[in-house]
Amino acid sequence: MLLLCVVLIAASGKGFGLPAKTSNTKVILNGGQKVTFARPDGYFAFHNVPAGTHLIEVSSLGYFFSPVRVDISARNPGHIQAALTENRRVLNELVLEPLKEEQYYEIREPFNVMSLLKSPMGLMVGFMVLMVFVMPKMMENIDPEEIKQAQEQMRNSPVPSFSGLLARANS
Amino acid sequence: MIWETNIQTSTASKSLLHVLSSNKVAKDNLVLVSTGRSIYAVSSIDGVISWRKDFTLDDLEIKQVIQSPENDIVSVVGVAGSSKLALYQLNAKSGEIVKDAQESLPGGLCGETVLGSHDVLIALDQTRSAIFVIEFKGLSLSYNKVRVSNFVQDLSGTVKLLPLMSNGIIALQSSCTVYLLKLKGMDGLEVIHSFDRPAAVSDALAITEKDEAFAVVQHVGSQIEFIVKVTSDLSNEVIREKVDIDQHRGSVQKVFLNNYVRTDKSHGFRALIVMEDHSILLVQQGAVVWSREDGLASIVDVMASELPVEKEGVSVANVEHNLFEWLKGHMLKLKGTLMLASADELAAIQSLRLRSSEKNKMTRDHNGFRKLLIILTKAGKVMALHTGDGRIIWSNFLPFLRASKSGEISSALRIYQWQVPHHRVMRENPSILVVGRSGGDSVSPGVLSILDSYSGEELNSQRFDHSVAQIIPLILKDSSEQRLHLIVDSNSLAHLYPRSPDALKSFIHERSNLYFYSVDIQENAIRGYSLQKSCDLNLEDEYCFSTKELWSIVFPSDAERIAISETRKLNEVVHTQAKISADQDVMYKYVSKNLVFVATVSPKAAGEIGSAAPEEASLVAYLIDAVTGRILHRVTHHGAQGPVHAVVSENWVVYHYFNLRAHRFEIAVIEIYDQSRADNKDVMKLILGKHNLSAPITSYSRPDVTVKSQSYFFTHSVKAMAVTQTAKGITSKQLLIGTIGDQVLALDKRFLDPRRSLNPTQQEKEEGIIPLTDSLPIIPQSYVTHSLQVEALRGIVAIPAKLESTTLVFTYGVDLFYTRLAPSRTYDSLTDEFSYALLLITIAALVAALVVTWVWSEKKELRDKWR
Repeated sequence: MLLLCVVLIAASGKGFGLPAKTSNTKVILNGGQKVTFARPDGYFAFHNVPAGTHLIEVSSLGYFFSPVRVDISARNPGHIQAALTENRRVLNELVLEPLKEEQYYEIREPFNVMSLLKSPMGLMVGFMVLMVFVMPKMMENIDPEEIKQAQEQMRNSPVPSFSGLLARANS
Repeated sequence: MIWETNIQTSTASKSLLHVLSSNKVAKDNLVLVSTGRSIYAVSSIDGVISWRKDFTLDDLEIKQVIQSPENDIVSVVGVAGSSKLALYQLNAKSGEIVKDAQESLPGGLCGETVLGSHDVLIALDQTRSAIFVIEFKGLSLSYNKVRVSNFVQDLSGTVKLLPLMSNGIIALQSSCTVYLLKLKGMDGLEVIHSFDRPAAVSDALAITEKDEAFAVVQHVGSQIEFIVKVTSDLSNEVIREKVDIDQHRGSVQKVFLNNYVRTDKSHGFRALIVMEDHSILLVQQGAVVWSREDGLASIVDVMASELPVEKEGVSVANVEHNLFEWLKGHMLKLKGTLMLASADELAAIQSLRLRSSEKNKMTRDHNGFRKLLIILTKAGKVMALHTGDGRIIWSNFLPFLRASKSGEISSALRIYQWQVPHHRVMRENPSILVVGRSGGDSVSPGVLSILDSYSGEELNSQRFDHSVAQIIPLILKDSSEQRLHLIVDSNSLAHLYPRSPDALKSFIHERSNLYFYSVDIQENAIRGYSLQKSCDLNLEDEYCFSTKELWSIVFPSDAERIAISETRKLNEVVHTQAKISADQDVMYKYVSKNLVFVATVSPKAAGEIGSAAPEEASLVAYLIDAVTGRILHRVTHHGAQGPVHAVVSENWVVYHYFNLRAHRFEIAVIEIYDQSRADNKDVMKLILGKHNLSAPITSYSRPDVTVKSQSYFFTHSVKAMAVTQTAKGITSKQLLIGTIGDQVLALDKRFLDPRRSLNPTQQEKEEGIIPLTDSLPIIPQSYVTHSLQVEALRGIVAIPAKLESTTLVFTYGVDLFYTRLAPSRTYDSLTDEFSYALLLITIAALVAALVVTWVWSEKKELRDKWR
């Protein structure tokens, strides 16, 4: 039984710093039973594959390929059925395409002032600054007579302060 | 790849390639491929088979394809049966037979042939003690039988022909000598030179129209001698150089010659030498230009060892030496900053920086990141690699593992920690144990060697008088902290090492509690043993113990074949015995060191994928207690087949197999819980002391276990599987999966939790249970190898670091890969990205603000007082 496969690896070349080369692509039959490489035009072939159900995997750095289930008919030679195992899509012609590109590195988030301010510490600092500047303004708005009244009240009922206690102890 | 042509071969015979040379450049040259009794001509441009010829003679095996220099005639020489020689002449263009001749040779042929010159073939006879000189001129085959002892004095044993393709010169190898012979017509041969083995002869290399050169490399004392000769003038030597080489490389195995034209138009030669330890040296002008340790591509076993502790107090000589180096280094750096440095100096600066960088130091660090990876290669070389930059710290080619002159092949087996002195008594260095076998088969006697793990020096070596079938490292230690090892031989006798009365005493004390098991793939059985008092042998050997079979599980060979057996790693630490779910329910893990996972496949499905139908394939997974042989759990996967890869850790097993029905790979998980301790949830019982938490867990009693399992689809085939290991076992685990694409994927164990369900409740979500999906996700960012590939990946080793969050991962194949992983992020240390500058600036700003406001308040207070 001879199996000939047609492949065009749709490598768009937009890989994340990885040049899309067909020479870096391995095509693997049945989990390592046979390994072959794609030719420059994208074709590959496995020879002497018996009739039955087989699995083709593609290993290409930077791309995610779904394994392909290939049924080779024993009754009518040359009849081949193929389906992607990941999403059970039946392939009309045996063209393997990557399902998606793979990015192996996380993108580092750039330094951002807003993200710093949004953090709990940033919010606390913001609130404090706000109080420092807004509170005196609020004090200005209060009627000066009311302040005097309040101060007098304070004097009438003196709160024993810590410094006062110390001064008394010294004397 | 330009083209690929498949040639169907009927017999498993050696195939030969012969490229037809043609004077016209860029013309389509034919490549002749001969296998068995067929010859094919393949076009070198597009790979089309232009002709093929099957010879009619039965059992013909083509030995040589010779192209005649003048015309387009190709001569094919083959051997049929044991004594018949056949010669065919073919038209190179069409493949038609022009002439053919056959001749029977008396005495038979052993099959080794070599071409003497363009019309003389040399063949060895069946006894390997006589040579046939066969001449074929036109159609006539004439031969002459010459006994080797006629021209070689004091020959011992049989000889071998070495493939030296040169005009009129052949090389013969006997057990201890290599002979160079010159062909003198039909009458005989003459010895030109003889070299004591180990020596290697290269193929001949055409340097001019007529002349050919070849090289001989032999050992002279501690050096090797590199000799180049030209065939036209055999009495003289073009080059005779002595080269110093590293003593830990063994003997010369092969040599390949290459030439270059010097500026004065004379020929210079360089040679690539393959050594016994699989390293490659390039020798040119009497020096080793470069060398490569290619033995690292065939790793047998890996072990991690600690580096020495940093010592205080440095000797004076050391300081002086360092001072000069220090000055030199600073001069270089100054040059570098002033942009005056040349490219070489820049490289020197770079290497200086690397050497002085924290990760490459030769001392132990606080986090336990710096370690030595001790590697045993197939050739029998032990090497220590630094985890910082992968450089080789020491290497030792163990003498006992080297092939002896009698051709006995040794094989290295395993490597173990032998002695780890307690870190308070650092008088001695730690040492490692290397166990090997002095012969190819499993009954040949074993050998052991103990090496210092800091320097690689051999401290002790020993040759056993018994074979090595199984090596069992025990947790026991003797008074000098040497770890006890039990070596079981092929007669099921156990031998204790080290052989000291002290070790024996501690061993006898624990003997009744020691059990071991063995997996016999041939007999398809697992057997458990206990140790008896002493050997039944006549000789008094108190370190030898006989074994008694306690239990055996024999799998029916017609239904099941053992595919894999796996146990927990010996040094694994389990932190929590119980698992608390969100609804305050407690499940006790069944944590047993004696848990063995065995998977069997049906014999029809033992082959590759695609060879079995789903109906006839099944996979059975067993969980067995190795002390009692009790099967704790058994599960059958119908329509599943191997290859099976498994990992056992804590109370769970994860295994990978192929599901033929869905035609996808699957990963299954089994978690095993102790039901007998499940009643301890009752608070009243705890208060009244009626719990059995303090009861020892023993394999003698029948365990009451429950099992949870689940399976998921997985996209890739798997080459190797391992699990991360940390110092205390607190950090959550990740599975390390070596995929078919030679990458290593780190998969959280959370994805392999049998409690996953389609719609987890709120409580379960809080606990971190992921909703069930039919396949495991492959997140590209979780490849620990990132955009690198470990070519031909074979094994993954996880080593715990001292820092709990971190595990060290070493992956080997043809390439080596090492990295540091933190499965639940580095929660116990700051990351590398942590900005110390920002922290310092914040502190400084706060201090400044404090001072300023203090001054202000002082001033204000003073003003208030004056008011």
